[in-house]
Amino acid sequence: MDKEFFIYVLISCIKILIVFGVIQFMIISMIWIERKVMAHMQVRLGPMRVGPHGLLQPIADGIKLLFKEDIIPERADKLLFVLAPAMSLVPALITFAVIPFGDKVQIFGYSVDLVITDINIGFLYIFAVGSLGIYGIVMAGWASNNKYSLLGGIRASAQMISYELTLGISLIGVIMLTGSLSLVDIVNAQAKLWNIVLQPVGFFIYAISALAEVNRTPFDLPEAESELVAGYHTEYSSMKFAMFFMAEYANMITVSAIAVTFFLGGWQGPFLPPVAWFMIKLSCCLFCFIWLRSTYPRLRYDQLMHLGWKFLLPLSLLNILITGLVMVLKG
Amino acid sequence: MILPLLKGLILTLKRFFNPYAVVTMRYPEERPKLASRFRGLPELQIGKDGRERCIACGLCARVCPSQCIYVEGATDEATQRRYPKIYELDAFRCIFCGFCEEACPVRAVMLRDTFELSTDHSKAIFDKAQLMDYSRKRNITI
Repeated sequence: MDKEFFIYVLISCIKILIVFGVIQFMIISMIWIERKVMAHMQVRLGPMRVGPHGLLQPIADGIKLLFKEDIIPERADKLLFVLAPAMSLVPALITFAVIPFGDKVQIFGYSVDLVITDINIGFLYIFAVGSLGIYGIVMAGWASNNKYSLLGGIRASAQMISYELTLGISLIGVIMLTGSLSLVDIVNAQAKLWNIVLQPVGFFIYAISALAEVNRTPFDLPEAESELVAGYHTEYSSMKFAMFFMAEYANMITVSAIAVTFFLGGWQGPFLPPVAWFMIKLSCCLFCFIWLRSTYPRLRYDQLMHLGWKFLLPLSLLNILITGLVMVLKG
Repeated sequence: MILPLLKGLILTLKRFFNPYAVVTMRYPEERPKLASRFRGLPELQIGKDGRERCIACGLCARVCPSQCIYVEGATDEATQRRYPKIYELDAFRCIFCGFCEEACPVRAVMLRDTFELSTDHSKAIFDKAQLMDYSRKRNITI
């Protein structure tokens, strides 16, 4: 019994390490990919100097940030100021604990689930943890003792509360179809047909809300540089800034992974191994993030609120209603 | 409302998959294509005899709107020919209008394609030797 427990812990630790490492690598490569893709979409070249086609740019950026002076403003709330970057990065990373990225595999006679933990309330876990990220941003805005930071923090909280609602409701359609809150069950249920076919409106709402939830263009009002300098991370420098930066990308990867799990069939797919399918779908979602960023201008604040409350929320409620009706009618 | 949004997405995607759409010029490695009538630094041209063509008439200095040219003439004892003892051009003041080239009766001043002129403030005034050096490097004599 003790031996089994030891092996369980060992396997879990290895899985966590691998997933963590892969996410870190993805964050680093996303920085380069985003700059490159966006540059080419805007008829530019992007980074070209550091390494071939600027491939080493993220490393150069990282080294630069490491050696920057770590400034804490004199009148800032020091504890919250230091805590805030960690508060925004950690929830983004730990959401991955419940996301299945592959089928069961047999390694040395042990059956290993390619998900860190399969908890039966995975859906609730994601939203409980995901909502914590906002605290980091609000704390950063408050602790900086800077009006721009504070405005950015306030905007972020208003925006994320508005859109978390639709984000959650858009996924309920999928939950209704599957009848389970476990993400592994949701992926297994999509073996024949992806949920995006059954829930196109839900996917549409999820995509928009997710974009707003991770504060990306066209919903990047919390860090609108033309009006708020840099929003909540105005006063941050060095590695603390880098952590906010990483948190943004980690959040992007997380919401993309959720989209893949709930709507795009998770790791399901023919021919290629499940992990490869998961990564391909994830990459497509991340590409869409960059694509949207380089295409659309930022929304005005009232437009953002109108879109969230007057359009997306009724639409998502209607989606649930119709899903329920169809389910009842079909038996 | 949706259609224009999709149009925008298609446009950016087209740009992304077309590497020839890139307009960035990687300047130091890639040189700009200058027009044949481009006006760069006024250079002192070199005659067939290997000396400057300038006869120090001072017309360029007179016509220069920003007054960046200073000429002091002298007479060559052997050939009795006028030549500029001092010919200075303040590159910081020059507006590259090309009036000096037009005014010159002997085609001694020409604006060619030299445009990388960033220097220290103390080195902004080009003297005769420097201005002739540019022509000498081109290996053109008129």
